[in-house]
Amino acid sequence: MPSGGVAGAAPGASVAPAPSPHVVHIRPTAGWWDFRLGEVWASRELLWFLVWKDVKVRYKETVIGAAWAVLQPVFTMIVFTIFFGRLAKLPSSGLPYPVFYMAALLPWSYFASALSGCTSAIVENQRIITKVYFPRLLLPLSVVIAGLVDLAIALVVMVPLLIYYGITPTAGLILLPVFVLMATLAALAVGLWLTTLNVMYRDVRYVVPFIIQFLMFASPVIYSASSVPARWQWLYGLNPMVGVIEGFRWAITGAGRPPGLIMIPSFVAVCACLIFGLVFFSRIDGSVADRI
Amino acid sequence: MSAVAIKAVEVGKMYRLGERESYTALRDVMANTARRLLGRGTAKTERPILWSLRNVSFDVEQGDTVGIIGRNGAGKSTLLKILAQITRPTEGSIELRGKVGSLLEVGTGFHPELTGRDNVYLCGAILGMGRTEIQKKFDEIVAFAEVERFIDTPVKRFSSGMYMRLAFAVAAHLEPEILLVDEVLAVGDVAFQKKCIGKMGDVSKQGRTVLFVSHNMGAVNSLCRRSIWIHDGKVVADGKSQSVVADYMQAMRSGTLVSTAKGNEPLFIERVVLRNGRGEITDQFDSGDDISLEIEYVANGRIPRPNFWVQIANSIGQGVCIASTMFDGHNPEVLEGPGKATCVFKAPQLTPQAYAIWMGTRAADGVTLLSKSKEVAYFSIMGTMGDYGLMGETADMFLADFPWPIFPYEWHFPATGKPPVRVEMRRTGAARKRDE
Repeated sequence: MPSGGVAGAAPGASVAPAPSPHVVHIRPTAGWWDFRLGEVWASRELLWFLVWKDVKVRYKETVIGAAWAVLQPVFTMIVFTIFFGRLAKLPSSGLPYPVFYMAALLPWSYFASALSGCTSAIVENQRIITKVYFPRLLLPLSVVIAGLVDLAIALVVMVPLLIYYGITPTAGLILLPVFVLMATLAALAVGLWLTTLNVMYRDVRYVVPFIIQFLMFASPVIYSASSVPARWQWLYGLNPMVGVIEGFRWAITGAGRPPGLIMIPSFVAVCACLIFGLVFFSRIDGSVADRI
Repeated sequence: MSAVAIKAVEVGKMYRLGERESYTALRDVMANTARRLLGRGTAKTERPILWSLRNVSFDVEQGDTVGIIGRNGAGKSTLLKILAQITRPTEGSIELRGKVGSLLEVGTGFHPELTGRDNVYLCGAILGMGRTEIQKKFDEIVAFAEVERFIDTPVKRFSSGMYMRLAFAVAAHLEPEILLVDEVLAVGDVAFQKKCIGKMGDVSKQGRTVLFVSHNMGAVNSLCRRSIWIHDGKVVADGKSQSVVADYMQAMRSGTLVSTAKGNEPLFIERVVLRNGRGEITDQFDSGDDISLEIEYVANGRIPRPNFWVQIANSIGQGVCIASTMFDGHNPEVLEGPGKATCVFKAPQLTPQAYAIWMGTRAADGVTLLSKSKEVAYFSIMGTMGDYGLMGETADMFLADFPWPIFPYEWHFPATGKPPVRVEMRRTGAARKRDE
């Protein structure tokens, strides 16, 4: 009889045809919120398997494997240092350009690749989706979580840079996980919208690279958030990556002030985006298999 | 007294035509909106709807094994997908008591780059097994699949037979309280199929509830006590397998009613009847017997030089032989009104298994559809592989890309008034000359 598995099955239910406590009701999709978040929690083991597969496949398919996670931000950092730093001489809050850009590119690369991954998360897995049921939310969720592995690897590159420029991280470093969490939530919130839109309108994936590029200019990647006039800060802060990127710079280098009030609009924006993203996602959750 | 495991009440599933085939592009939506705003384009046209399933109600007792039969497109798969929660019903409700496992395909979630070991874990997790459950059954799964030596090799290097065996082994070790199975038993060689059917029998003996969708009437009869026959989205019969299967076979013998709805297809295929070499209506043939397909059609208006094609596909959907006027050029001059066309495959040497016949028609240009291609009939070749001196791993043979043999066939078209045309593959003079 069933052993382990989905929560809800009574432990040790080993007596043959005893009425199962596991009851599923199947009904037409109804209302705005037709979601079983409990189901997502119950399938956490599958979530880990999906994350593990994502990571394993990604590092297996490329020749350079894990180096990929490092090379992308490093090369972007070099290009930014040369063009925006040396040539355009943009202000960098007194930090050496490589450190200034690298600290921002870490969360930004994570965010950008999570967004494009989320966009195709459902459509790419259509073979599985049309053959077996599991909470569809696991797919974008696994993309967002698997990206954290890349982020962790890329973070290691920061160490030689800091040593070379003689920068000692301050106690603010312990707050780094908070900013990572914020980046994860922001990626999931925006990713849910993109994955849903891509199921509804298949050409959305062509627009996503533009959206990502646009968002990069709306985030303090190549410039410092302090260059934005104070009276626009609240509006600027609605972009959750503002707080995250400034937070990364501050936590890693100790330069500048910790992002304070600006985190409030960021946090509100992420929560709103996440809740409405879930609602939007739940609109297609029951009919994904018919749409792809 | 048994408890009810599945209770379906008035289940219905509606599709908007076009919703299933194609997806929308944002580009089109924007273009249409712009056109409407400018007052040019027409108002949004309502797409026609299709009830794939309607008013389907049934109860299944715990521990029962129920077969679901009916021709393709009858709604069997839709029902299974709703039960498996892959898609939601449009109306009605279903209550499932017990952990549900669905086997709509083997190898769901297999990734070619990962090793056999990794894939067992991944596929098992996707099918709903927990990590500890898979760990416990891992050795058993690998032994069942007989791939011990290759378990740490990426599955992309597996032979298709090994791949199928491993994929099925994972699925076969799923132990839900309610098991939903689509015709996955059709894969693999006979010995492996026997192993799979045996495994299914074990599952039902352990007191689990099994729902089994199949075209294999023999398997349905031997595995399922009860069967439900679905036709055009409705339950036609529900009862003891033997009587339901017999009724179904009877209905199939009197010709498959392809469609009752007079569609707006220019060349409407109404009914298809299969006859053997002696002219008897049947769906069981001997290998080497003539297979004659009578196509009752209605041509709306005068259709000059329409193209007909008929294809026989094996149980996993691969074409094994084809007759097509697009290849042979023997189109009828003109078709008008109702009539009957016949395609006779002359003594094809087919291996014993279940087959489906697909057909479709196109206009003289060979491109424009006159009627959509669909599965119109099923038949099986009697006997076993052993009767023909065949044995061993035939799964690989089925899955390999092998060229279609062109068996001789004949076309009979009424409107031409001409004698039947026989098509045989012959080497042309040019080919002979090239070889010399």
